[in-house]
Amino acid sequence: MSGVPWGETKLVQGNEAVALGALAAGIDFFAGYPITPSTEVAEILAREMPIIGKKWIQMEDEIASISAIIGGSLAGGRSMTATSGPGFSLMQEGLGYACMTEVPLVLVNVMRGGPSTGLPTQVAQGDVMQARWGTHGDHPAIVLAPSDVKECFELTIKAFNLAEEFRTPVILMPDEVIGHMREKLTFPTQDEVCVTPPSAPDVPLEWYEHYHTSATGVSPMAHFGSGYRFHVTGLTHDTHGFPTRKVDEVISKMNRLKHKITRRLDVLENNILHDVEEAKVVIFCYGSVYRSALAAQEILAKQGKKVGIFRPITIWPFPDRTVKEKLDVKDVILVPELNQGQIIHEVERLTSDSVRVVPLHRFDGYEITPEQLVAAVLEVM
Amino acid sequence: MPARLPYAYKYLRAKKKFPHVWCPGCGIGIVMGSIIRAIDSLGWDLDDILMVSGIGCTSRMPVYVDFNTLHTTHGRALAFGTGAKMANPKLKVLAVMGDGDSMAIGGNHIIHAARRNMDITAIIVNNNNYGMTGGQFSPTTPQGAKTSTTPYGMIEPDFDICKLTAAAGANFVARGDVYHVVELDGIIKKALSGSGFRVVEALAPCPTNFGRANRQGDAVDMMKILKNDTISIAQSQKLPPEKAAGKIVRGIFENRDEIGYTERYQNLCDRVSSEVKK
Repeated sequence: MSGVPWGETKLVQGNEAVALGALAAGIDFFAGYPITPSTEVAEILAREMPIIGKKWIQMEDEIASISAIIGGSLAGGRSMTATSGPGFSLMQEGLGYACMTEVPLVLVNVMRGGPSTGLPTQVAQGDVMQARWGTHGDHPAIVLAPSDVKECFELTIKAFNLAEEFRTPVILMPDEVIGHMREKLTFPTQDEVCVTPPSAPDVPLEWYEHYHTSATGVSPMAHFGSGYRFHVTGLTHDTHGFPTRKVDEVISKMNRLKHKITRRLDVLENNILHDVEEAKVVIFCYGSVYRSALAAQEILAKQGKKVGIFRPITIWPFPDRTVKEKLDVKDVILVPELNQGQIIHEVERLTSDSVRVVPLHRFDGYEITPEQLVAAVLEVM
Repeated sequence: MPARLPYAYKYLRAKKKFPHVWCPGCGIGIVMGSIIRAIDSLGWDLDDILMVSGIGCTSRMPVYVDFNTLHTTHGRALAFGTGAKMANPKLKVLAVMGDGDSMAIGGNHIIHAARRNMDITAIIVNNNNYGMTGGQFSPTTPQGAKTSTTPYGMIEPDFDICKLTAAAGANFVARGDVYHVVELDGIIKKALSGSGFRVVEALAPCPTNFGRANRQGDAVDMMKILKNDTISIAQSQKLPPEKAAGKIVRGIFENRDEIGYTERYQNLCDRVSSEVKK
């Protein structure tokens, strides 16, 4: 295969769909380091990108990889890296830098079993909290979790677009099952894909502020070499990008970093709800677990039992308002996760004592099956 | 504009960002002056220059110069610079780093930047210790020297920045110091005038930390050490071994013309895109 097979129908792997989604989004620069189970993303882009004159490099480690794509993004390239657990841990330094300096980039973290080297070839959802809070200090986070191969393609494009729109890193987190499964995928035609063009300031050179405070909290970003000369630092900075310790400037920066995400939840929130209104029991899930939940729902329906499904596609920022509105009135919320309990704390935070929030953990490297979910639902019904 | 400051208003963020953070007697400002004079003599457009740095005293330099400037995380200047150079090959990328930044936490990045012959000029100010955090030992602290973390003297051998980067594949490797500043200007100009990975080690005094811990006197005394304890490559070849022992050699140690990474990658793109067309 060469390039995106626009309009064709093919059997495609999840990681392959991520790589093709990046090409569809117009990726200019990829830097990465080999790691299971994300390596296919780097391999496919290594094959595809030089053919179309785009830049690809294998760096000496994951810290260098994310550092390189931040540099690439600041120099005007749409940039991405892909990694997994241990590499994601190393990338936290660069991730925090990109949040602080408001650099758009896409980080793909295909989740495997942890902690540490853990279960390199097996599935987990243990990085969900790390994606939110892994790098030090308060910081924004946008994290998308695909549940099928089509979404791997579509959400990669969306991740590039959100990164541009919000001037911040966007993390795409397929779990290993989603990254390695193969499914039929009908690609859109090229004109069906919307790609947000990189922003560019239109003010005179001397008026440019790299961190201009606009109504949305995000302003057009100039690139190195464009003629707008500016300074970028991970130190807390003023609107021109220079270090500051002035209290009002520090507060203004930190609030803007937060509010540019929290005040745009309407754009970022993205949930799929099945029968949530009618059901008294709801399964709250994401990633590969959602597929098992759909199968479980069908099995239960045949037995005449109704169960709802609430699935966030955007897992961070968390859909607080919708969860509170839709789920705080339920009898039971079952939260199956491929970890020892992470997102469940968010659901608990948003629901009253009258709602039973029941965990279902699996952390042995295997997926949660529909049968497990059916048994768990029958037990709480 | 005062005539004696012909560079200040063109190259420095003179009205906005001064005074600087460096201590009295620090050598980093002299290296910054050398870089500016070298760039001025090359007539480069400021818009085309990216100065990237890591963390430390030297890495504060980008704030003061009016280029595209990028102050990154500790040790990663070359990784950020690599990405910027790849995404926009027109940029002339200078990485300014200290000895701790480039040799300890950034050690992995510098050997691989040298191996790739990445088109970046690395200016490493070597003051033999971590100045910003109060004078701890670095990989270039000489054996026996005292620092705040070697109160009984340094027991580890030190890195030779020039030998290390030359062995790893850098096209250009040289050492100068802030006493022999005209020579340093020339070295930096040569470093900036070619392709591939190019390294300049600039020896500089840190009177506040290293000098005080080792009773080397004030800034002037430390300048005299640079004057007396360094010799040129030509002098080192003439002197009998017993007299050359203990001296630090200045000059250009490596000046290869191997193809840089940017050109090599472009050649790859040209080759594979034409193969696909066939």
